[in-house]
Amino acid sequence: MNASYLLLTTIIILLVAFLYLSWIFVSNEIENKDKSKTNRRDFLYTASYTLGAVGVAAAAWPLIHQMNPDASVKALSTTEVDISTIELGKSITVLWRGKPVFIRRRTQEEIVEAQNIKLSDLKDPQDDKDRVKKPEWLVMLGVCTHLGCVPLGNKGDYKGWFCPCHGSHYDTSGRIRKGPAPTNLEIPKYEFIDNNTIKIG
Amino acid sequence: MSEEKYIPKSKIAQWFDSRLPLLSMAHHLREYPTPKNLNYWWTFGGILTFCLITQIITGVVLAMHYVAHADLAFESIEHIMRNVNYGWLLRYVHANGASMFFLAVYIHIFRALFYGSYKAPREMIWIIGMIIYILMMATAFMGYVLPWGQMSFWGATVITNLFSAIPLVGEGIVTWLWGGFAVDNPTLTRFFSLHYFLPFLIVGLVVLHIWALHIPGNNNPIGIDIKQRSKDTVPFSPYIAVKDLYALLIFLIIFAGIVFFVPNILGHTDNYIKANPMVTPSHIVPEWYLLPFYAILRAVPSKLGGVIAMFGSLFILIILPWLDTSKVRSAVFRPLYKIFFWILVADVLALGYLGAMVPEGWYLFFGRLATIYYFVHFLLIMPILGFKEKTLPLPTSISEPVLDGKN
Amino acid sequence: MKNNYNFFLVAVSFIFFSALNLQASEKEISLLKTNWSFKGIFGKFDRGELRRGYQVYNEVCSSCHSISELSYRNLSEKGGPEFSVEVTKNIAASFEVIDGPNSDGDMFTRPGRLSDKFVKPYENIEASKAANGGAYPPDMSVLAKARKGGAAYIYSLLQGYVDAPEGYDLDDGVYYNKYMPGNQIKMSNVLSDDLVEYNDGTKATVEQMSKDVSSFLTWAAEPSLEARHKMGFRVILYLIILATLVYFSMNRLWSRIESKK
Repeated sequence: MNASYLLLTTIIILLVAFLYLSWIFVSNEIENKDKSKTNRRDFLYTASYTLGAVGVAAAAWPLIHQMNPDASVKALSTTEVDISTIELGKSITVLWRGKPVFIRRRTQEEIVEAQNIKLSDLKDPQDDKDRVKKPEWLVMLGVCTHLGCVPLGNKGDYKGWFCPCHGSHYDTSGRIRKGPAPTNLEIPKYEFIDNNTIKIG
Repeated sequence: MSEEKYIPKSKIAQWFDSRLPLLSMAHHLREYPTPKNLNYWWTFGGILTFCLITQIITGVVLAMHYVAHADLAFESIEHIMRNVNYGWLLRYVHANGASMFFLAVYIHIFRALFYGSYKAPREMIWIIGMIIYILMMATAFMGYVLPWGQMSFWGATVITNLFSAIPLVGEGIVTWLWGGFAVDNPTLTRFFSLHYFLPFLIVGLVVLHIWALHIPGNNNPIGIDIKQRSKDTVPFSPYIAVKDLYALLIFLIIFAGIVFFVPNILGHTDNYIKANPMVTPSHIVPEWYLLPFYAILRAVPSKLGGVIAMFGSLFILIILPWLDTSKVRSAVFRPLYKIFFWILVADVLALGYLGAMVPEGWYLFFGRLATIYYFVHFLLIMPILGFKEKTLPLPTSISEPVLDGKN
Repeated sequence: MKNNYNFFLVAVSFIFFSALNLQASEKEISLLKTNWSFKGIFGKFDRGELRRGYQVYNEVCSSCHSISELSYRNLSEKGGPEFSVEVTKNIAASFEVIDGPNSDGDMFTRPGRLSDKFVKPYENIEASKAANGGAYPPDMSVLAKARKGGAAYIYSLLQGYVDAPEGYDLDDGVYYNKYMPGNQIKMSNVLSDDLVEYNDGTKATVEQMSKDVSSFLTWAAEPSLEARHKMGFRVILYLIILATLVYFSMNRLWSRIESKK
């Protein structure tokens, strides 16, 4: 933003300097010559139009930018979650930045299933190790990568998640296996503060 | 003022224009013959259009962040001021934009009064304009309630209580306006809804206002009908348009000066205190643009009388074209009216000043005097002057050299 | 273009009108004067003043007065006290914030974060009244805009405690203050020399603390002040240049008409 203002100011100053110089130049020229008169007029009009257009564009920016996330929204970046109460094979859903986050404590069976798979079979190849910090804990955004519905847990052909909107099937690592969704369920930025607490964001 | 029929050049344009004559309309607006002697007082129509558009755009944008609820409105304004990107700018432009709007409209109205623009054949323009003005006041008043500060709350209480002066049904009407037994959340939400709606009604009326203007054409400083179109008029675009634009830019400099350097100077400090139904501010004043009417309201000792006087002062303006009996339009050729015009300006300014004071002692006395004079001006001076006044000889056309330089 | 002076008239009448309006409501005794760095077209806050002001607020005022609209992150934002993010995080973490409910349905406390709003001294207005002999210590979020005179008023008020004139009937639990409208204030004279210890070596006189905290509260009420002044200068410069251009364009255009006579 500052850069754009700087640019705007520079443009204005350059334009003014240019205008002023040509004004002096033109007014010292032979005034009765029709041709130079036309030039000056053309220049004046062009300069006015240009500067006016720049101003309108600059005025439009606040009207556009006001719809971007405001300062208080941007500041709300982290959520801490107590995971000590989650039992093996169960998951909880928490809200982070207005979106559901799935936190699942996976069973050994699920972990093995997620790890023993040929990457070439996957639509969006990604190793399970790259999707978790501790194999037991799977943390991901509960937002279907197709059109943003919330998938249902423990459902679908791959015992992972199933999106009821358009039938996307995810496996026990949240990877897309079947259906229209293009990519795996997204992993948010998170960290383990201690064994019982995750900080998302 | 008939113009030659406009026929677009290309076949496609002809096809379109014969079905929906938008191109003809655009052509009319461009070529619209305007008296060439219009001075800068005539630029305020364009400025007002700009003000209306600015208020609507910033208003729509602010409504994206504002919360119309008695518990949250005040905080949501602070949210706009602190967190929303450029929120402070949008709100200050909108809040001060209302003041600039009224400043422009007062100049516009007094210009019409001076040059007799309300007289035949332009009565419809004037009447529509007055309706717009009244709607503007209603819109501005309801907008002032939305921040839900102390002045908002008590201003709303006092103004809605005006209706309780109506015999028999008054109390019922006030309860109906409030949606409760005091100004509260239901009042706030309905005011927000109407504050959002009325400006679009104003837009419609502005279209009619301009339409009505384009039938007889502009009045001009000399106030005579245009006889030689080729000599006395210029096409609106670019001549009048560029003049309007220049005036608008000067207006914007003042506007920007207020928004950026003294944005709260026209507001009241009490409106930064959240509404509290249990504490009335020591001195309730409306926004400056409503002060003359507030002075008239308080000048009359009876409750009903004050309300009647206040609404009457507006009604008189609507019927003004029939109160003025003079055949001559422009005050330039009416030496006596010119004097009375300036006395009226001083009188309205005085009413504005007195409206901000506590109505006691001399303030009350002068308030009454100024109120009486306001009505005398329109009900007595205007009709009598038309018969008694000796007007100056009128020129035969705008380009007649006799009167050059005499404004 | 003979009517240019009309604009001058418009401007003058507008200023006259607003001056009348202002004057109409200002008849109190004159407030104490000092140099405010944020006044004027190029006005900016004095960082040191804001930081010291925050310290005064935090150590003195905040035991009764809330600033509900400020968040801790604001302390590090541009145009404010501009503490470093690390310092601000520590400031935030030094407060206990009530959060919750947790999965058991209970509220719990945790150290504050940047996104948290300033912790309030009282749960609600009623609690604050009960603790202060029936008087509500006003929230200070927009206090500087909610009082005539703004910063100068707060500055004066804090130094305005004097003995009541002889024969003045002062109620119980009320103090006499020169600058309070009505002269009766429920807040006692809280400031005394060296009440706080400034890190930057500034001597904490009553006058100094009053000025610092008044500046701080002005910023708290109007965090966008510096951005506003900066943008205002640019906008007006732009408008003047464009108006000049349009003026010459207009003269060019109209010269066609005027020469045709």
